[in-house]
Amino acid sequence: MVYRSHVLICNGTGCTASKAPELMARLEKALAEKGIEKEVKIVKTGCFGLCEKGPIMVVYPEGATYCHVMPDDIDEIVNEHLVKGRIVKRLLLGDKDVEDVAKSLDNVGFFNRQVRIALRNCGVINPEVIDEYIAKDGYAALAKALTEMTPQQVIDEIKKSGLRGRGGGGFPTGMKWQFAANQVSDQKYVCCNADEGDPGAFMDRSILEGDPHTVIEAMAIAGYAIGANQGYIYVRAEYPIAVQRLNIAIKQAREYGLLGKNIFGTDFSFDLDIRLGAGAFVCGEETALMTSIDGHRGEPRTRPPFPAVKGLWGKPTILNNVETYANIPVILLKGADWFNTIGTEKSKGTKVFAIGGKINNTGLVEIPMGMTLREVIYDIGGGIPKGKKFKAAQTGGPSGGCIPASHIDVPIDYDNLLELGSMMGSGGMIIMDEDNCMVDIAKFFLEFTVDESCGKCPPCRIGTKRMYEILDRITSGKGEEGDIEKLELLAKNIKQSALCGLGQTAPNPVLSTLRYFRDEYEAHVKEHRCPAGVCRAMLKYYIIPDKCKGCSLCSKKCPVGAISGEVKKPFVIDQSKCIKCGVCMDTCKFAAIEKK
Amino acid sequence: MSEFVTLTIDGKEVKAPVGSTVLEAAKSAGINIPTLCFLKGINEIGACRMCVVDVGARSLQAACMYPVAEGLKVVTNSPEIREARRVTLELILSSHEKKCLSCVRSLNCELQKLAQELNIHDIRFEGELQHYPIDDLSHSIVRDPNKCILCRRCVSVCKNVQTVSAIETVDRGYKTIVASPFHMPLKDTPCVNCGQCIVACPTGALREKNSTEKVWDALNNKDLHVVVQTAPAVRAAIGEEFGYAIGTPVTGKMVAALKKLGFAKVFDTDTAADLTIMEEGTELVDRIKNNGVLPMITSCSPGWIKFCEHFYPDMLDNLSTCKSPQNMFGAVLKSYYADKMGIDPAKIFVVSVMPCTAKKYEAERPELASTGYPDVDEVITTRELAQMIREAGIDFRNLEDEEFDDPMGEATGAGVIFGATGGVMEAALRSLPFLLTGKDDDNIDINVVRGTDGIKEAELEIDGLKVKAAVAHGLGNARKLLDKVKAGEAEYHFIEIMACPGGCVCGGGQPIQPASVRNDMNLMAERAKALYQEDQSLTYRKSHQNPRVLKMYEEYFEKPGGHKSHKLLHTHYVARENYPEK
Repeated sequence: MVYRSHVLICNGTGCTASKAPELMARLEKALAEKGIEKEVKIVKTGCFGLCEKGPIMVVYPEGATYCHVMPDDIDEIVNEHLVKGRIVKRLLLGDKDVEDVAKSLDNVGFFNRQVRIALRNCGVINPEVIDEYIAKDGYAALAKALTEMTPQQVIDEIKKSGLRGRGGGGFPTGMKWQFAANQVSDQKYVCCNADEGDPGAFMDRSILEGDPHTVIEAMAIAGYAIGANQGYIYVRAEYPIAVQRLNIAIKQAREYGLLGKNIFGTDFSFDLDIRLGAGAFVCGEETALMTSIDGHRGEPRTRPPFPAVKGLWGKPTILNNVETYANIPVILLKGADWFNTIGTEKSKGTKVFAIGGKINNTGLVEIPMGMTLREVIYDIGGGIPKGKKFKAAQTGGPSGGCIPASHIDVPIDYDNLLELGSMMGSGGMIIMDEDNCMVDIAKFFLEFTVDESCGKCPPCRIGTKRMYEILDRITSGKGEEGDIEKLELLAKNIKQSALCGLGQTAPNPVLSTLRYFRDEYEAHVKEHRCPAGVCRAMLKYYIIPDKCKGCSLCSKKCPVGAISGEVKKPFVIDQSKCIKCGVCMDTCKFAAIEKK
Repeated sequence: MSEFVTLTIDGKEVKAPVGSTVLEAAKSAGINIPTLCFLKGINEIGACRMCVVDVGARSLQAACMYPVAEGLKVVTNSPEIREARRVTLELILSSHEKKCLSCVRSLNCELQKLAQELNIHDIRFEGELQHYPIDDLSHSIVRDPNKCILCRRCVSVCKNVQTVSAIETVDRGYKTIVASPFHMPLKDTPCVNCGQCIVACPTGALREKNSTEKVWDALNNKDLHVVVQTAPAVRAAIGEEFGYAIGTPVTGKMVAALKKLGFAKVFDTDTAADLTIMEEGTELVDRIKNNGVLPMITSCSPGWIKFCEHFYPDMLDNLSTCKSPQNMFGAVLKSYYADKMGIDPAKIFVVSVMPCTAKKYEAERPELASTGYPDVDEVITTRELAQMIREAGIDFRNLEDEEFDDPMGEATGAGVIFGATGGVMEAALRSLPFLLTGKDDDNIDINVVRGTDGIKEAELEIDGLKVKAAVAHGLGNARKLLDKVKAGEAEYHFIEIMACPGGCVCGGGQPIQPASVRNDMNLMAERAKALYQEDQSLTYRKSHQNPRVLKMYEEYFEKPGGHKSHKLLHTHYVARENYPEK
């Protein structure tokens, strides 16, 4: 069937939460009312990335990208755009007055600075229709591998591409495959780590929701490369849309003979199953993930043996992250040489980041390795809201650290981030401005690790708890001389002694903030002062005598009677009574109250 | 021939077999690396991080798990490593309830010992302590999570060795706790009360339900005739509590100590073991001759019985109906002995000293009161007896040996070896020719059922009949054996099952040997030696030759499997749901 218009509506988790399904329903109804339902095709897509502006809708052939579309906007879009051919300019994303609406995004840095490999199909195809994936060269890489390449040639190509694991560690993918391929075993397994857990990171979810077949295709290629005929996707149960679309995709792939016996008529057979994670962060750690699939409490175990030697049920197993897999088909089709042209010397290709925090364009972006933090924040991210000053970027989630403003021009790649005391991690990037207290930030991440520690080894189970208690003390204004040194002692030893990567990296948020913002810690401990004005226990409210008119309003509103004075003369706050609720500040009509 | 690799430990070249760990290699080179969670063959998980060493990796590695490799360079002792271990231990201590002075494991606590060895006198990282309720509702086992250091030895032994899985690690992070499903009291789980968790625990987080006060009270009660019976395994291990080498039998001193404690009579449970062989052997012969349910399985071990009731309820008919020796003896004391001595059975208070915590549960089973009174009134473990001896100020090592009391004092070697795995089977096979044919043979030592292999098999030809027997110790082995029987892969006439690995000598009520001892020796075999040694020294070594037992039949029970026996010496079993809906 030929349509004169295609309407793409993002159905990622973000846009779904902002009523995308209702938009779809309203659109269907409106099209039917106008009798054009057979002329306009609605395409349910995955995430476009710019969640901040969602729900997002793109109308082709014009290529008009509408943002913040509300259900009540549908009638206007149908009447004006789809019936009369007039663009609804007020909803356009980017330049609203361009001649050719398809070019409205040309100057939008968020889109034009990205290089989309892993996210190539997200927001472009309907993830629930395998034909759309195939139309975008889907499964061609698998066909090429199976019919034109030996398993070793596949591994060599991946090695040559320089692809490194996108889940955090950055281990060379080709080497991992080679280790597993070298093992002699009656059974091997291919696993996909879709247990994305870093706070704020959602690139894996986006890929699974927007382009599930790319993961399936890549896992089949991996199976061929290492000699496995069974794969498992370990996906967190909190990703219901991703799970649903994966299930649909696996079913369709089986129907098309792209999973199952004798794929493409070759001797190679491969099938996939999904295993749901129950929400433990630690199950993103490879041995914990496999222990969980094995049917036990999800906890890491000591290595060696490494999973490539003894993984699932004691058999050689590889585990790669969703984003890593999403690169594989493209590398095989376009070649390692092409992939090598993108990125830096030791970090090839792109990386998807989930940018959040104090940034204008919250969302998901895929950038070539080597882009600077400055470009990410200002060109793609649209800068810091309210013109505030950039203070630091936190990458790598609870295992990572902060990159301060002084390093804003460092090219982002695996090794540079490590050198700065942070890490690539899975790609969470939280931007902080001058109003963020770095001790508070460290406490936030520590609290996460304390909750998510599996409890197996004491350095992580007890050590992170003790570190958190010290941070809590410091941010409550009860810091003691020696607390910073205790933090350092604990951090150093937890890094050295913890059983798994989660524990070994848990002190990083503290170590990196100590490295760059030690003065803030010292202000908390020695002066009981929070320079950023975040830690409430240390805030003090003062009345500025010159500004106070002596109206007595604050005194009347103060719930604890901490403010006294003579009418028409400056009032005073009794600090010993003040509970720092801030009511006085909100009440004062003369801005005569300040906090510091 | 195993292959060897050469590695360097602290600058010294060490040869170690392929597949061994850095911990083992270091040990062979005379270097002791501290461990805490590690319990060889039971808990090898590298969790506690006390044994960390530098192998040149990004972080320190657990020596207990790290495999040796050619050319590996290991440092086990450096300022960094010592500090890492100390910090970890201080962290463990910071979350441990330190009521050491009044702790049941004081002076026998692996955590305490490690703190001394690592020179810890100050804990720099004190913080929040978790406060958990103590579970003391079980008849046998008390769990105190406040003293738990989450080494998981108990979880491993319960799950992997015993395949009971009554406890697991639950919750996460600092709230992690070893608990039963849904935090139920242990008594509501399929826990079989074997107490292997207690003897695996490095701290005071697990202990037996203490009955010493009740025994003191009974001893103080002038209206009661308080008698005691001691199981064979007790004499093989109680010496350890008083500084004797493992495997030293101290029967005479133990009897002397019990008399000093004030028991009116000190009896030997072995006599009841001989009685058991008469009853059980007769039952087996009956089953063989009359197409009864086979294989018949022993019923001496109350942990095994509860395991069978929970996990193999379809095999209850395979269990011998014989009461365990402890309860047979109790019933004998309150019937035959009461009659003979002219004592009102209501006034007889029977105390058992057992190597076993499950015996405490067994004594409480309501059906085990066939005289109208409980067969056994109180059970104390070997450890509790040692405690009472110390409390009474008895100088155990300098006691003169004394003998068990009549009229049930004399037992055979067959009764003595009941305490080791294979012992019941050997005792039965010593008497089976006689019980089956009325004629004795010359066989005494049946070595094929001795030793600590998990499952042992024996075949004995008696008068043309090939009697097939099997022995399993440790419930995981029992499970393997029974699954084979159920699958029709193996056929036996008679099976001996003991809940505890090694049998009663390594029961849950025995003296606790730390991992540092257990990791380097076969405790099961060493303790069993004491029993086999005593067996060798006795005049009578076959149960059916025991003159006391024969007299008992003559004067009271008439014949094995007779009417009185059935009433007093046999019992029945119930199928138990693992987690019944309430």
